[in-house]
Amino acid sequence: MIARPYGDTLDDGAVQFSFTLPVPEGPLGREAARHLVEKWGFDQVDVVHSHALAEDFSFYVAYGRTATGIDLSTIQVEEATGPSVYTMDEANEIVRTRLGRKVVVVGACTGFDAHTVGIDAIMNMKGYDHHFGLERYPEFEAYNLGAQVPNEKLIDFAVKVKADAILISQVVTQKDVHIQNLTQFIEMLQARGLREQFIVLVGGSRIGNKLAVELGFDGGFGKGTFADHVATFIVDRLLEREA
Amino acid sequence: MTAPVESKLGLPQDRIDQARELAERIARPVNQFIERHTTVSVERATLRLAGADGANAEGVPVPNLVVDQVRDRLEDGALLPYVNALLRTGDTIEGLNQRIAQGFRVDELPLGDRGALERKAEELVESFATHVKARRAWRAACKERYAGKNHSPLLYVIVATGNIHEDVKQARAAVYQGADVVAVIRTTAQSLLDYVPYGATTEGFGGTYATQENFRIMRAALDEEMERHERYIHLTNYASGLCMPEISAMGAIERLDMMLNDSIYGILFRDINMYRTFVDQKFSRMINSFGGIIINTGEDNYLTTSDAVEKAHTVLASQFLNERFARDAGLPPRLMGLGHAFEMDPSIPNGFLWELAQARMAREIFPEHPLKYMPPTKHMTGNIFMGHVQNAMFNFASMATEQGIHLLGMLTEAIHTPFMMDRALSLENARYVMNSMKDFASEIEFKKDGIIVSRAREVLDKTVDFLEVLERIGMMEALEQGLFAEVKRPRDMGKGLEGIQEKGPNYYNPFETWLANELGLTAN
Repeated sequence: MIARPYGDTLDDGAVQFSFTLPVPEGPLGREAARHLVEKWGFDQVDVVHSHALAEDFSFYVAYGRTATGIDLSTIQVEEATGPSVYTMDEANEIVRTRLGRKVVVVGACTGFDAHTVGIDAIMNMKGYDHHFGLERYPEFEAYNLGAQVPNEKLIDFAVKVKADAILISQVVTQKDVHIQNLTQFIEMLQARGLREQFIVLVGGSRIGNKLAVELGFDGGFGKGTFADHVATFIVDRLLEREA
Repeated sequence: MTAPVESKLGLPQDRIDQARELAERIARPVNQFIERHTTVSVERATLRLAGADGANAEGVPVPNLVVDQVRDRLEDGALLPYVNALLRTGDTIEGLNQRIAQGFRVDELPLGDRGALERKAEELVESFATHVKARRAWRAACKERYAGKNHSPLLYVIVATGNIHEDVKQARAAVYQGADVVAVIRTTAQSLLDYVPYGATTEGFGGTYATQENFRIMRAALDEEMERHERYIHLTNYASGLCMPEISAMGAIERLDMMLNDSIYGILFRDINMYRTFVDQKFSRMINSFGGIIINTGEDNYLTTSDAVEKAHTVLASQFLNERFARDAGLPPRLMGLGHAFEMDPSIPNGFLWELAQARMAREIFPEHPLKYMPPTKHMTGNIFMGHVQNAMFNFASMATEQGIHLLGMLTEAIHTPFMMDRALSLENARYVMNSMKDFASEIEFKKDGIIVSRAREVLDKTVDFLEVLERIGMMEALEQGLFAEVKRPRDMGKGLEGIQEKGPNYYNPFETWLANELGLTAN
C-alpha cells in the first residue's frame, strides 16, 4: 500500500508547516516562505499566516500538497520489543516460575545528564501514566542511582550487586553529547571484559533501538516506553540465555 | 503583588501560624550548624566580593587558586591572606589577580600588622557596598521610570543556546515579543563544577555557562532592550550547585534581578552534600538580599519526581522551609519567589480545580511573596498542539490566582530547548489569556466547602502533619529517610562534602559580618 498524508480526502497529500525565517516580516518574507515550501516539492502552497518575531525574524504557517507517497511494504520497523508486551503480573510470574530467582536491574542517568524524568518513569515505584515502575515488581530488585552518575561508578555498582541488566537514560542530546557518553560506556565494559555479563539498555526521548544497537547496546527505548516494555525485553533475553 | 491579597479560601490562620512555627523549629538546629561552618565556596565568594577575579592559563579561577593555597588554614577564612598580599605587594586588585593567575602564592607571605590588614579589608567591604548600592539604586530608578509597564504576573522565558552571543539574539527577540524576565539556562554540567568558569563562553549543553562576563554581556543587551521597549527587563540566572554563593556574588556585582536559589534542591536533585548546601545557601541568600535579587525556589521539582496529587503537601512544606531559611538569611518576603508548579496529570477529573486550589492557597499563605509559578513539564508529550492547550490552562490558572512570576510553558517542552517561534507562540498565548481575563481574579469567589476550598484545607492540614514529622525527626534525618521527593541522601555522602570547614576561633570574614549587620541579622 502507498500511504500519503491525509487532509480530508484520501491521497490529497495535505501537509501543514510552521517555521521561522531570519527575514523581516513583510511581502518579501511571505513570498520567500511560499517559494521555499514549493522548493521542498509541495504544490498548491498557501502561506496562511505570518507575523514578526523580532525586527529581523518572522514566523510562518503554511500548507502545501505533496504527491509523494511511501510504499509500506518497503518499511522495516526496529523496535526492541515485539507487539506483545508482558504486563507487570505476567513478567513477575514468568520470572518466578521459569527463572526461579530475582532479576537485578541497575539504572542511572549518566555523564552530565541531570534529567531523571526518563529513568524515574521506568524505575520508580510510581512509574508513569498508570504503568508501575520496576521498583514495584516483586520479582525484580531495582536500583535507581539517579542523575549524573559517571559510567565507571555505574559499572562498579552493577558488578557489586551482580546485576542482570543495566539501564541508562539520556535525555540531553544536544550536540550529540549522549553518543560520546554511550560509546564510552560500552568501551569501558569491553575493556573490563564485562560486556557479555550484562544486558545493557539505553532509553530517552531521542533514542531508538537502531541507534542503540549500532552503539553496541542490546536494545534502545524511545518515546512511549513504559517499565512493561523494558521488563519484557529483559525477561525474554534472560530466558534465551538460560535456555 | 501590590494590592493586599483577599482571602477567598478561608484558610485557618492558626494552622498557617503553626506551620510557620514548626518551620522555625526545624530550621533552628540547621542554622546552628551553619553558624559554626564555612565552605570553600563561601570563601571564594568572599574573595570575589573583595575583587578577586580572572583565571590562570589552565582556566582555574583566581578565587580557587587562593582558597587552594590556604586550604589547610581555612578555619581562619581566606580573605586575610589575600588582603595581606595586596598590602605586601602594593599592587592594585587587578595587578594582584594577574600575579596570582601567573602562580604567585599569597600563603607564603608572613601576615602583616593585624590592624592595618583589617583596615584594608574594611575598605574593600566599603567599596563593594558602595558598588552594589549604586547598582540597586539604578535598578530602582529604571523600575520607577517604567512603572506599570511590566505584565502582572511577570512573563518569564528562558534562553538556552549554549552560546552567549546567540542567547543575546534570542533574548532580544523575546523582549520584542513581550517578555519581562529572561533567564539564561546554565549548561547541564555546571551545577557540579566546584569553580565558576571565566570569560565569555560559546559552548554549552542545554544551556550556557554562568560566568561573570556572560552576565555582563546579557545585562548590557537587556538594558538596551529596556530603553527601546520602555519596560524593565529582569535578568535571571542560577545561584545553585556547588558555587551557589559565588554566583550570587557575581549576580550582585552585575545587577542580576533573580536567582534560582533553593535551600535543599541541590541536596535532593544534584546529590550535593547536605551540610555543604545548608552553609552555602545562607551566605548566598545574604548576598542576594543585599543585591536586591529575588530568589526563585525549586519546589516545582518535587512534582517532576513525585505525584502532584499525593505530594502537594511536600510543596507547601518546602515553601514554609524555604521561607524560613530565606528569612534567617535576611531576605524580605518581597524577594522570596517561592516556587510551585502546574503538574497535575491532565487525565484527572477536576485536575484543574486542584491546580487552582494549590495556586490560590500559596497566594493566600504567602501574600507579599512574588510566587514563581512553573508550567507543565511532566505531562507534556511531544504533541505540541495539546501542549499549547495545556499551557493556556496554566496561563488561566496563574491569572485567576494572582501569581507573581509566571514561567511560560513551551509547546515544544520535552522535545528541544525553545526555538524562537516556540517562545513567541507561548508569549502570544499568555498575553491573550492574561489580557482577556485581566480583572478575573477580583471577580471570583470560591464556593464555601466546595472542591477547591476543601482541597486547599486538606493540603494545609497534611502539610502541618508533615512538618510535625520533620520537626520530630529533624531536617537532616528526614533527608536521609527520603521524605522529600522520595530521594534519600545520607548526611556524610554527596558532592562537595570535602569543601566544608569548621570555623576556627580566629575566623575572619568582614563581608559576612557587614552583611549580617546590614540585613539586621543578629551577629554571629
